[in-house]
Amino acid sequence: MEKYIEIIDAVKNFDSVKALQGVSITVKKSEVVLIIGPSGSGKSTLLRSVNRLERLDSGRIFIDGESVTDADADIRHIREEVGMVFQSFNLFPHITVLDNITLAPICVLKKNKDEAIDSARKLLAKVGLSDKEKAWPEQLSGGQQQRVAIARALAMNPKVMLFDEPTSALDPEMIKEVLDVMTELAREGMTMLVVSHEMGFARAAAHRIIFMDAGQIVEEAPPDTFFTSPREERTRKFLEHIL
Amino acid sequence: MMKGSPFSDRNSKNSDKTTINVTDGTLIPLKDEGSLLSAWNISFFGAIALLILLPVLSPDPYRRILSFVPDGLIATFSVTLISIFFALLIGLFAGLGRISQKRFVNRIATVYVEIVRGIPLLVQLFYIYYALGPLLKLNGPAAAVVAMSICYGAYMAEIFRAGLQAVPRGQMEAALALGMSRSMAMRKIIIPQTIRIILPPIGNEFIALLKDSSLVSILAVSDLLRRGREYASTSFRYFESYTVIALIYLVMTLFFSRLVAMMEEKLRHRGKVH
Repeated sequence: MEKYIEIIDAVKNFDSVKALQGVSITVKKSEVVLIIGPSGSGKSTLLRSVNRLERLDSGRIFIDGESVTDADADIRHIREEVGMVFQSFNLFPHITVLDNITLAPICVLKKNKDEAIDSARKLLAKVGLSDKEKAWPEQLSGGQQQRVAIARALAMNPKVMLFDEPTSALDPEMIKEVLDVMTELAREGMTMLVVSHEMGFARAAAHRIIFMDAGQIVEEAPPDTFFTSPREERTRKFLEHIL
Repeated sequence: MMKGSPFSDRNSKNSDKTTINVTDGTLIPLKDEGSLLSAWNISFFGAIALLILLPVLSPDPYRRILSFVPDGLIATFSVTLISIFFALLIGLFAGLGRISQKRFVNRIATVYVEIVRGIPLLVQLFYIYYALGPLLKLNGPAAAVVAMSICYGAYMAEIFRAGLQAVPRGQMEAALALGMSRSMAMRKIIIPQTIRIILPPIGNEFIALLKDSSLVSILAVSDLLRRGREYASTSFRYFESYTVIALIYLVMTLFFSRLVAMMEEKLRHRGKVH
C-alpha cells in the first residue's frame, strides 16, 4: 500500500522545550493511526505540523508524495486536502451551521453555491444534524458543534483527516456521538491521524497506536497487542494511569 | 472568621472581581432602566421640552439664540464626521500595527499611541494650529480635523487592537486549515467578528468626539459653541446663550448614546463570540 502521510525525523523546539526530537511516522492509505501520550509529549505539535500550523525546525513531511515542509510548498493547496478537527471545535460563530460548512468550498474551491449547499446537507445528514442547518454555533451542544466541525472539514473532500483531541472538551455523554461519526469515517476508508485518549475508539477503529513521550516515539503496535502486552515500561506506566 | 468583621469584609471585597468600566463617552442607558422615569428619559425629554418651552415663554432672547446658533451645528458635525472617518482609518492601521509581529511596525504604532494618549487634546490642537502653524499652514477647520483625527486615531487603535485580539486564535487556525489565505481569513472570519465587538466602543468614541469637537471653537472654527459665544458677546446674554448650547449638546449626545445602546443590544443577539 502507498505511503499517504510520511513524517521523517521531525524536530521542533519551543524556546527551551523540545517538543519533537526526531519523530518518524508513516501512515498508509485508509489507515487509522492513533497517537497517545502524556500532555506535553509533543503529539499535538506533531499533528499540527502535518498541515503546517506549526513549522518544523527540521525534518520533512509528505502527504501523498507532496512535500509540506519545503519552503516553496503550495501549503494552501495541501491544506485543502487535509481536514482538521480541533479540540475547541473552532466553528465560525458569526455564520450559521450551513454557512460554516459551505464557506470554504465556495471561497477556496470555487464550487458553485447550490452544489456546495447540496453536499453540505448530505454531510449534515451523515453526522445526524440535518435539522440544525440554520442554527448558530452557539445554539449547539459541544458534541453537536464538533460534529459540525467534522462535516465542515469533510466538505473539502480531504484525502486525510487530522483529529486533535476531538473529544477532550466534551462532556462524557457527548463523547460517543462524536466517536461514532469518527468510527463510521474510519470504516469508509478515510485516512486518519488522531490524537486522543479514547481507548474505545482505539479498539474499535484504530489500526495502529503510537505512544509518544518527551517528543519521541516510545512504542507503536496494533491496538490488541498495545493494550495487552506493551513492550516498554513507560507505556505500561502510562496505560495504568488511563485505563 | 466573624461575619461582619472589618477583615472579612475587606477579604470578600478583594475576592470579588469587580471591574469599574468608565468610558469617555456618555452614560449608556442600561436595559433595566427602561422605565418612563429613567435617567435617560428625564434628561432627554427634559432638554427637548426646555428647548421648545423657553423660546415660547420668552422669545427674547431664546428664539433669537435658536435661530443664530444652528449654523454652528454644520461645523460641529462636519468636524466630527470627517475626524471620525480619518480616526477610524488611522486606528485600523495603528491597531493592526499594535498586534503586528514585525517589531519595527509594532514599535512605531505603540509609540504613536503612547505619545498621543499622553497629551491633552487641547494641547494637541494648540500644537497643530499654533506651534506647527507656520510649517503646516493649515487653516482653523483643517487643523482641527488633523488634530482630532490624530488624537482619536490613537484611541481607535486601542479599540481595534482589543477587538482583533478578542477573536480566539483558533478561528484563524480553523480558517487556514480549510485552505484559506491569511488575508481571506481576515476578511471572512476575523474582521466580521471584530466589527461586532468594536462597534459599541466606536459608537462611544463618536459621542466623545462630538463633545470634544467643542474644543475647536478656539481655533476660529464656527462650531456650535463658538456661535453661542458670538451671540453672547454681542448681546451680553451669557446665561441664556450657554444654556441653549448646553441643551443642544445634551440632546445630541443622549440621542446618539441611545442609538449605540440599541445597536449593542441588537449585536448581542446574533453570533456571540465565545
